[in-house]
Amino acid sequence: MGSDNAFAAVALPHLDAAFNLARWLTGSRADAEDVVQEAMVRALTYFSSFRGGSSRAWILQIVRNTAYGALKARGERMAGHMDLDEAGAIENIPDPTDDPEKALIVSHDLARIDALIAALPVELRETLVLRELEELSYRDIAQVTSVPIGTVMSRLWRARRMLVGAAGGEGRP
Amino acid sequence: MSAGNCGKLLLLQAELDGELDAAQAAALAEHRADCPACQLNGAALAAARQAVRGATYHRADPELLRAVASRIGADRPAPRRRGPLPLKSLASFGLGAALAAAIVLAFLPAGRPGLVGALVDDHIRALQPGHLLDVVSTNQHTVKPWFDGRLDFAPPVKDLAAAGFPLLGGRLDYLGGRSVAVLVYSRGKHLVELFVWPASGAVAEPARAARDGYNIVHWTAGGMSFSAVSDLEPAGLDEFAREWQAR
Repeated sequence: MGSDNAFAAVALPHLDAAFNLARWLTGSRADAEDVVQEAMVRALTYFSSFRGGSSRAWILQIVRNTAYGALKARGERMAGHMDLDEAGAIENIPDPTDDPEKALIVSHDLARIDALIAALPVELRETLVLRELEELSYRDIAQVTSVPIGTVMSRLWRARRMLVGAAGGEGRP
Repeated sequence: MSAGNCGKLLLLQAELDGELDAAQAAALAEHRADCPACQLNGAALAAARQAVRGATYHRADPELLRAVASRIGADRPAPRRRGPLPLKSLASFGLGAALAAAIVLAFLPAGRPGLVGALVDDHIRALQPGHLLDVVSTNQHTVKPWFDGRLDFAPPVKDLAAAGFPLLGGRLDYLGGRSVAVLVYSRGKHLVELFVWPASGAVAEPARAARDGYNIVHWTAGGMSFSAVSDLEPAGLDEFAREWQAR
């Protein structure tokens, strides 16, 4: 019981973060709740191998992997199967906008922002959610998503560019 | 075709994300002053950030906390009450509320000896999951009538979603010998709690304070006292107070 309570003290403070990530990955509250429960049980199993560091990143990494398992069971495409060579080509990423006014439209479009984020490819979505909603550092995001920091940076850039482009484009007359 | 890419896009972004050290940030600022591309792209990044801050932060239901606690064998409540609790957690939502209430007390007239202790005890109930909100609604027209008949005053309720502070709901609390309204707003993973009660003294200028990692802004207007309490950084909380007073 003592060690279980030690685990609870480490894990339960991150329950909201775990649920938020799972919800953004699965798109459904019910699926997210299943994922969080399974991930927490898994984390308990692995707890003896937790060596400190960011407990939030550690928990979220397990949640993320569990969510990917659930998505896979649903037959959805995984981030690992990207066609693009994303680590390299920053040069190929177009500028977010050449029109500052267009960019500003985004800020008045809060109602649609959930839908825009939900429509992002899962690897961009998770990176953006971890950065902007969980306020994780690049290093922690790299740990959670199991990619190099450079990939985190290019994914973030692409996610933000797509958001600005999507909102600006549709918002125009 | 556009402002172009001077090769510093990811540096600009890293600055936005607080990942640059002082030397890098200074070098970038120098470059940016003479680089129209960086100025435009910086504005676009800032717009993207502003937009994403309005996205929904999905919080776990109390039922999920109970289910998880049960499955990991931590469903015996007594030990969780003891010792310091991690602050940024669902389990400590209520603790945040209790701390917030204790902070608000600093702005109340001095009370009887032991009042603070008694009030904090009252707020221990908020330690329990699900006690953050008595009425859960993002609609001000649902939250406002809910307070009718539960308080001897009518607290103003405002919708600040357009300003990036969606309303989560409200609850009753007990402070300084009277019932008060608490409106709960969110910004990302942060909560902003606005305590509202009838003002007893003269109109006061906004006052700021910080305690235990929480920031507070207090003001009076229209015969009401307002105390906004949050773990948001002071600038963010000031923005909340400005938006509230502007609407």
